[in-house]
Amino acid sequence: MTDLALHTPAPDRAQRRRFGARISPAFGYAFALPSFLLMLGVLLLPIALVIAMSFTDYELGATEFSFVGLENYATLTDDRGFWKALINTLYYVALVVPTSVVLGLLLAVLVNGLTHGRKFYQVAFFLPVTSTLIAMATVWKYLLHGTIGPVNHLLVALGLPSIEFFGDPNFVMPALAIIGIWALTGFNMVLFTSGLTAIPEELYEASAVDGIDSPLERFFTVTLPMLGPTTMFVVITTSITAFKVFDTVAVLTRGGPQGASDVLLYINYLEGFQYMRIGLASAITVVFLGIILILSLVQARIIERKVHY
Amino acid sequence: MKPADGPPHQLGLTMTATVSISAIEKRFGATQTLKGVSVDVAAGEFLTLVGPSGCGKSTLLRILAGLIPQDGGTIHIDGAPVDHLAPKDRDVSMVFQSYALYPHMTVRENISTPLRVQKLHRSARMPVIGRFVPGQATARAEIASAVEAVARQVEIESLLSRRPAQLSGGQRQRVALARAMVRQPRVFLMDEPLSNLDARLRVHMRGELSELHRQLGATFVYVTHDQVEAMTMSTRVALMMEGEIIQVAPPQEIYANPADIRVARFIGSPEINLFAAEADDQGQVSVAGRPTGLRTKPKGPLTIGLRPEVIAVNGGPSDIAIPARLNRMERLGHDVLLHVRPEVDADTSAIVRVSAAEVEALRMRGHLEERLTLGAPAASALLFAADGKRLPSRAAQGVQAAERV
Repeated sequence: MTDLALHTPAPDRAQRRRFGARISPAFGYAFALPSFLLMLGVLLLPIALVIAMSFTDYELGATEFSFVGLENYATLTDDRGFWKALINTLYYVALVVPTSVVLGLLLAVLVNGLTHGRKFYQVAFFLPVTSTLIAMATVWKYLLHGTIGPVNHLLVALGLPSIEFFGDPNFVMPALAIIGIWALTGFNMVLFTSGLTAIPEELYEASAVDGIDSPLERFFTVTLPMLGPTTMFVVITTSITAFKVFDTVAVLTRGGPQGASDVLLYINYLEGFQYMRIGLASAITVVFLGIILILSLVQARIIERKVHY
Repeated sequence: MKPADGPPHQLGLTMTATVSISAIEKRFGATQTLKGVSVDVAAGEFLTLVGPSGCGKSTLLRILAGLIPQDGGTIHIDGAPVDHLAPKDRDVSMVFQSYALYPHMTVRENISTPLRVQKLHRSARMPVIGRFVPGQATARAEIASAVEAVARQVEIESLLSRRPAQLSGGQRQRVALARAMVRQPRVFLMDEPLSNLDARLRVHMRGELSELHRQLGATFVYVTHDQVEAMTMSTRVALMMEGEIIQVAPPQEIYANPADIRVARFIGSPEINLFAAEADDQGQVSVAGRPTGLRTKPKGPLTIGLRPEVIAVNGGPSDIAIPARLNRMERLGHDVLLHVRPEVDADTSAIVRVSAAEVEALRMRGHLEERLTLGAPAASALLFAADGKRLPSRAAQGVQAAERV
């Protein structure tokens, strides 16, 4: 029997023949080396450098620096401003992620069910993603303006007190969150739409024959479980994007009023590029990376148990 | 199998109904998928809708299930029109090609879904909180024992707490069957349920489905493009092409007595051999100028169909004789398929099925390299008019059988 099988000689570990030549395995590594170095230099080295710098007192332009151990981290834990920024960021994430994911899912299901105008709605809701947030921030600044903003006009017309959105410490984070939700929902909708098209039609037919005829029950029996993998991806990407909130803060509020809209990346930017304290900024970056890493791992773990591929 | 330990769920012979499909039409945009299809299915019958892909058979099944509305015509189940009813109210079950199991549910939950919808209150079916809705204990117990009973019947009791992803194709198929059976519907609809299985399992499941049909006594409407499934399982076969049913007949009948040349070509493997022929003023049929012992009514061009197994090679004088040369042979073990080219018509080719022993005999006599004579009795020939319709034929009386060539 074995004589009949296609005879493949056992690969010789030390030497291998290619096109008649004997090639040492070291050649393989030599060819892989450039791309490996590129990956090392472009992806891994910067992160290693940031981690290393977080243990120094380096300031931009300084000719010398010294290792200070965990002093930067100690400074951060004692700094009320840092804690405030961390809490503000978490608040922002807590507002933006659930809202934009649920809204994105809702829009995807509603738009996908349309027979006419589906393309129009998809493009319309996707527009905020394609427009630059800094440019659109001006529009939002006008919309939510305390005196001339149409939103306040509406509130007043309804007999409600007007709100200085970007001037009131209680409203500045929700106002920023609204802009974040506006920017992210369309993207989430597109991701959910692609997830919806992957659900086999026969599953809906089977549920109809089984007697599941209320749209809500069909949604919870077929659509939502089948969107498990998509939901996991959407939640993780949305969380990371929300954590990285920076541009609207930098343009609209600059952390104000009284630090009510300081977020992690914004104080990171201030430390690194305004006060030139690279060591401290690096420590903030490391904390930031750590949070995102832990968050992604936890989410992946939790959602994986609910996802059935 | 364990003896019945008193489950209240008896899979009896009561659930059966007639299905009457009349003048069903369906258009998708400009194309007419169904052109007024009518067929009556008797109670307890196993009717197979067979035809090439795109002939509208799956569409017809979905209209029957109530999944898509028809543009014209009516469906009656057990004599009552069901056109206005939702799928769940038609008392039908369906098995899908992809099995369509809910991937996030266990096998037990999958099978119990139709019953949960039927017997539990809507609030009790809600995820998580549904468990705390009171007053559903009896219904839940009934559902549990019904699920156990069907799982036992299709032999998947040990898989009940698995998820579909952990099952093989054959096991998923059984789960899909169990889900269809658990509600005890009067009519089973099956949409190519075996086409995702490997060849060996398909042969096995053909037998099991036939047995299941016998046990349940329910009406089966079965869609397939596989003529073997149609021939082996059905009580009757309905052959569909281009949105129409061309012939409805028991399997043997549709093979031996096709009403149309398209039916003759679709049913039977290898395909039926077709030869151009001509009927003269007296009704005598000749193939390429050679008279045969066949007579038919209208004169003019026609087609003679000969099944591969009715042709004898160098078998002595016969009613129809066609000279041919051997192209190649396919040995199937017991049988051999001879691919031959008739000398009368260079364009056609024909396939003859003979036993291995006959081929050996021909080879020993050195006949395979020479010109062969394909012979067939007149009674076995099928005549078709130029428009494809079947023509009546009879063996001519007193006409000399064609000479050996």
